[in-house]
Amino acid sequence: MSNEAILHGSEVSTHEAHHDGHGEHHHHETFISKYVFSMDHKMIAKQFLITGIIWAILGGLMSVLFRLQLGFPDTTFPWLENILGHWAKGGKIQPEFYYALVTMHGTVLVFFVLTAGLSGTFANFLIPLQIGARDMASPFMNMLSYWFFFISSVVMISSLFIQTGPASGGWTSYPPLSALGDASIGSKTGMDLWLIAMALFVVSSLLGGLNYISTILNMRTKGMSMTRLPLTVWALFFTAVLGVLSFPVLLSGFILLLFDRHAGTSFYLSDIFLASTQKALPNEGGSAILYQHLFWFLGHPEVYIILLPAMGMVSEVMSTNARKPIFGYMAMVGSIFAITILAFLVWAHHMFVTGLNPFLGSFFVLLTLLIAVPSAIKVFNWLTTLWRGNIRFTPAMLFAIGFVSLFISGGLTGIWLGNSSLDIHLHDTYFVIAHFHIVMGVASFFGMFCGVYHWFPKMYGRYLNNTMGYIHFWITIVGAYLIFWPMHYEGLAGMPRRYLDYSGWASFNQFGGLNHFISIVSIIVFAVQLLFVFNFFYSIFKGRRVKSENPWGSNTLEWTTPIHPGHGNWVGEIPEVHRWAYDYGKDGREFIPQTEPISANESEHH
Amino acid sequence: MTMSAFFIIAVLLLGFLIVFQIAKASEYVAVLKGEKKTFEQNNRINGFLLLAFLILGLIGVYWCNALLKPKILGEAASDHGQKIDSMLYITLVITGIVFVLTQVLLFWFAFKYQYKENRKAFYFPHNNKLELIWTVIPAITLTILVGFGLYYWFKITGDAPKDAMTVEITGKQFAWIYRYPGKDNTFGKKYYKNINEAQSNQLGLLWDDPASHDDIVTTEALYLVKGQPVKLVINSRDVVHDVGLSHFRMKMDAVPGTPTTMWFTPLYTTEEMKQKTNNPNFEYEISCDQMCGKGHYSMKGIIKVVSQSDFILWRAKQKANYVQAFPEKDPATAAPAPAADSTKSTKPAADSAATAKK
Repeated sequence: MSNEAILHGSEVSTHEAHHDGHGEHHHHETFISKYVFSMDHKMIAKQFLITGIIWAILGGLMSVLFRLQLGFPDTTFPWLENILGHWAKGGKIQPEFYYALVTMHGTVLVFFVLTAGLSGTFANFLIPLQIGARDMASPFMNMLSYWFFFISSVVMISSLFIQTGPASGGWTSYPPLSALGDASIGSKTGMDLWLIAMALFVVSSLLGGLNYISTILNMRTKGMSMTRLPLTVWALFFTAVLGVLSFPVLLSGFILLLFDRHAGTSFYLSDIFLASTQKALPNEGGSAILYQHLFWFLGHPEVYIILLPAMGMVSEVMSTNARKPIFGYMAMVGSIFAITILAFLVWAHHMFVTGLNPFLGSFFVLLTLLIAVPSAIKVFNWLTTLWRGNIRFTPAMLFAIGFVSLFISGGLTGIWLGNSSLDIHLHDTYFVIAHFHIVMGVASFFGMFCGVYHWFPKMYGRYLNNTMGYIHFWITIVGAYLIFWPMHYEGLAGMPRRYLDYSGWASFNQFGGLNHFISIVSIIVFAVQLLFVFNFFYSIFKGRRVKSENPWGSNTLEWTTPIHPGHGNWVGEIPEVHRWAYDYGKDGREFIPQTEPISANESEHH
Repeated sequence: MTMSAFFIIAVLLLGFLIVFQIAKASEYVAVLKGEKKTFEQNNRINGFLLLAFLILGLIGVYWCNALLKPKILGEAASDHGQKIDSMLYITLVITGIVFVLTQVLLFWFAFKYQYKENRKAFYFPHNNKLELIWTVIPAITLTILVGFGLYYWFKITGDAPKDAMTVEITGKQFAWIYRYPGKDNTFGKKYYKNINEAQSNQLGLLWDDPASHDDIVTTEALYLVKGQPVKLVINSRDVVHDVGLSHFRMKMDAVPGTPTTMWFTPLYTTEEMKQKTNNPNFEYEISCDQMCGKGHYSMKGIIKVVSQSDFILWRAKQKANYVQAFPEKDPATAAPAPAADSTKSTKPAADSAATAKK
């Protein structure tokens, strides 16, 4: 499609866009169509963000609860029983509930916050604004994507309130444990609700992902060639590709699990005798490992689904605030591409100790460690972007720098775990917890905060409070390192994950004091996140007003829209693009927006 | 406790209120002082904090190591564990260098190139030579790590030596069951539908198979011989478990329906470890390392590493599972009788026996 056709096509097909396109506002939008069943990508982005924030509070609260148990295994908290009833009998979190908490914490943060909350927010918000489109390719599908996510959220939350409790087999839900209600109380109705919620989630993710891909490929404004796209858009593009290709595999794994649970099939079940019923099950010939393959075929790309958007936003924010072009743009795009390809070829490194053929395992070692090459390129490019810049430390920029620090720290331990011989010792220990929380959890959260602080003015026409932003950043980065750095040592001692009490173990009970310390820090860090949430909602209504269209002196297209863009984004014609997004500090000028034509006497251009 | 909970919440709320008031006031101050001046001041403070974070962070890393290194498990107690520890040190050195280098550059650059009114950012969009250098160097480094890693990996996961003792270990919710093949050195056939705990048949041994009659089944402890390679045949009776041996640095999942194996050579007896660790209560522990249900955290087994002679002594004292199931057949009390009539099970299970011998 030519750019002209897209421009006119979108103006004709999008009713509101047509009106906004001429600066007219006599088209009536009701409360429902504007705030609830909105088809405006910006509103849908905010819906994803706020739903994600609510989920993040819940998921974080769950971790505070289980950290109470881990840090204070001998203390009783009677007020817990008041809130949680029999799940905290006598003020002690019961094992079944402890496992439900860790399961839901993982599921919620990986999927509902760092996938839907992150991609859902920023892909929706930034793609049309940064490529110069009035909306997504299909605003209706986009709306459905949010509402499937919403229904999925409702189902998942409802599982917290049923008699037998939510799923409790870990966020990976390995069968046979997750397939047999007699093996674990959480594998009864809670597991069905978990599977239903996740299936709806996959639907939401696919509707969103297909939309992002087609929008980026087809709806770029005039002059916006693929190589002029901001790195945020590239990152969101590959994120969507990863999701579209891997989520269906996860769904297939879940469907087989549902069959095993309810239709008497034996995909994952074989040779099982349950102690709780003293009965042997009829299932024979299934393979529990098959599920793990299907799960990790999504599970590993999922790590990059979480990480890539953060990388893209960090690149953009870092370049803008260093007042300097991102170093090695093409290498950055190339390394995201390489990571995307490799993401599909490394899943079995989660399965080195499942009895996987060691020869097969060796290929996964090679491919896994290969990922370190594009990752290293990215880190060095970020470092060079800072070198000889003129850096402004906005809260967004601080989170971007923090992201790189965490990505280095957590990425390097990936080199330990990806090497199968070390993984034998470190697998399923606190070393893994430390690794993935730093590199995937906290780092991606930093990318998300970086994005929220940077684009909040575009979302709401107001700034977040800076002082609270700085407090938020400093306590969070110090706290994150205090929590997760010492966990590496617990892992080196072989301390297993998913234990609620280590006092019975001669090999692991020497870390009682450390666990105590970690729990206290995590409660403080959680409280500071609530400060951010407060800042967020307060600033929506009372924040300092944005007075100029381009408050950060940025080159990208979203800053050419009005301070409060309507549905359709630009008044009048969509601007034409003449250069890449990173002409900062060129020819003595602080920044040159993408919309400015190349002048005759300019030095080299992109 | 409820009172103190309220107290904590009150303190938190008060803290929030104070922070909020300060944050709000700072916004007004910024307006009074002028945005540019406030920005410059904030920038200097944060630039300084980034440098301080780097320095204190590196000191913290050193201090944390000094504090916690004595708490990790000390010397590996198996030959494979020693290999894994050498691999660990190689990886630690390489990633440690990269860690310090990149973190120093990151925070140093951020501090050094913070905003100055008269500074001009350097327009430096790309440089092929630099990019080539930092593609090739990581690639070479990682090749070295892959090389070492796979060398050790194949040593560790290769075939067990011919003289290895074979022991079967089976996980169930939430305990471990060990089986020794007995004098004939052959495991009897088993089939999971024959499991009957009331009749002392925890593993579902088929009494039809004479090889099963001298099999020793115990839940007391896994007895191993110092210096003798041992091959564990790992099974699960219900869900996925994992045999985690942190002192030996070994680990392998127990998967229902799909037996797995691992082998290693214990280097020190339990008694020797008691002296090495100055801990009279030392035991080698088997931790379940794969989430298996509500009792996962307490699914512990004990390994006793003993000398060859102590092992023979111990084994001589054990009663065969067959005798436990049929006390009347105990050779110590009665003459041995043919086994064929003593069982109801007729289902042949050649495949499960085959896997047990694998």
